[in-house]
Amino acid sequence: MTLVLDFLAAIGRGVLEALRTVGGIVLFAMNGVSHIVRPPFYPHLIGRAFVEIAYFSLPVVSLTAVFTGMVLALQSYSGFSRFGAESAIANVVVISITRELGPVLAGLMVAGRIGAAFAAEIGTMRVTDQIDALTTLSTNPMKYLVAPRLLAGTLAMPLLVVIADILGVMGGWLIGTTQLGFTSTSYLTSTLNFLEPMDVISGLVKAAVFGFIITLMGCYSGYRSKGGAQGVGAATTSAVVSSSILILALDYVLTALFFGA
Amino acid sequence: MSSTPKIRLRGLTKSFGAKKVLDGVDLDVGAGQSMVILGGSGSGKSVTIKCILGLITPDSGSIEIDGHDVLTMPRREREALNDRIGMLFQNAALFDSLPVWENVCFKLLAQKRVTRAEARGKAAEILAQVGLDGSVGDLSPAELSGGMQKRVGLARAIAARPDIIFFDEPTTGLDPIMGAVIDGLIVDTVKKLGATAVSITHDMASARRIGDTAAMIHKGRIVWTGPAATLGQTGNAMVDQFARGEREGPIGMELRK
Repeated sequence: MTLVLDFLAAIGRGVLEALRTVGGIVLFAMNGVSHIVRPPFYPHLIGRAFVEIAYFSLPVVSLTAVFTGMVLALQSYSGFSRFGAESAIANVVVISITRELGPVLAGLMVAGRIGAAFAAEIGTMRVTDQIDALTTLSTNPMKYLVAPRLLAGTLAMPLLVVIADILGVMGGWLIGTTQLGFTSTSYLTSTLNFLEPMDVISGLVKAAVFGFIITLMGCYSGYRSKGGAQGVGAATTSAVVSSSILILALDYVLTALFFGA
Repeated sequence: MSSTPKIRLRGLTKSFGAKKVLDGVDLDVGAGQSMVILGGSGSGKSVTIKCILGLITPDSGSIEIDGHDVLTMPRREREALNDRIGMLFQNAALFDSLPVWENVCFKLLAQKRVTRAEARGKAAEILAQVGLDGSVGDLSPAELSGGMQKRVGLARAIAARPDIIFFDEPTTGLDPIMGAVIDGLIVDTVKKLGATAVSITHDMASARRIGDTAAMIHKGRIVWTGPAATLGQTGNAMVDQFARGEREGPIGMELRK
């Protein structure tokens, strides 16, 4: 009987801890968003975070998109050729890239780069008293550290995904025209004819949500980090893992909202 | 000296989980006074200061500054009050991402009391007050020695001419000569500003140099207050043991329990 009660108590503790964490993240997000719209504003910090997210993530996101487009074209060909449906390859590539793979893979790449970097930077500031120092210097840390990053992440990710979409399609085009027998015109015509505005829009909305989530989890994990180097390391891991899981989970939710029956 | 203390703490308590860190702290710091708070590791010194600064919210008790309870005042008033407070952190807590001049003028820039164009010159002026050349302003904090970082931290703490300054272990990690230099700078700058100072330290030599008065905190309570000059001969066994760094005494006995 005691064993059963201990087991139930352990489950209860876990659930309460999970609820406490979720509540903490939601309050942190609301606090951060409220500081985005209240002065004073820090445009130079928003600009710096935007460059860090958009410009410096461009190489990794571009490479991911190009290779994903190439692989998608090859895989589609190997599957569709069994049914004589090779002509649908361009359509599959563009719809997969714009709706799903562009935002999700860009999100995962940026989560690894930016989520970890923000968690490490803010976590180090936490454990070296720099966040407390901000408060004593008449500066709200949420406004100075978190709000600019949240805004920059939300704005930068759609931009990255537009580029990822274009490069992903070009990756498919490269394979289609060099290995699969498409002419350049037929591949691009097929792509453009099949593409609908909603395919791109849904991907960009996902990108904005993922950008917010990545920066939120990076900032939250760093802000709540404790201890020394180990605490910062744990915050970094937590930021990447939690934002990656949330990206995949929210991808399903958003897909169901946009395209669900 | 005014009859209302600059800082008055009454019945301050704070627990972290089951651990009671502050257990009814009562303390008065007079205007223009330099108070040193002594105590062992984990005795509640830093938590007391963080409560006064608003970085930690106490569980109960009151904190008055100039007679106003800061725990109940509106947020804007509290922020305005913080504008009059400076703090030198133990490890200086300089912002790695900013050059020294921007660190020094951070509060002045945040309060728009100087423009960025003016800030560099202003920083050089303040750095000179702590014995640093203006050229240090262009360096990053990582390029400075521990002593220089403390001086820059001091420059940042006094830049906005606060009327209350807190010093958290100002000489920790410094060699004795640099410790004495930092203490001298603290005494000079506090006098020049006419500020009220509260320092926490383990360093007895530093405590005697900086402090007019001293208070000993033990197990979350103030157990003694008196003139800093008498440290070591106070007649209080706990304080005298701590000041002399003796193994035997009431503090050691408690540690062995």
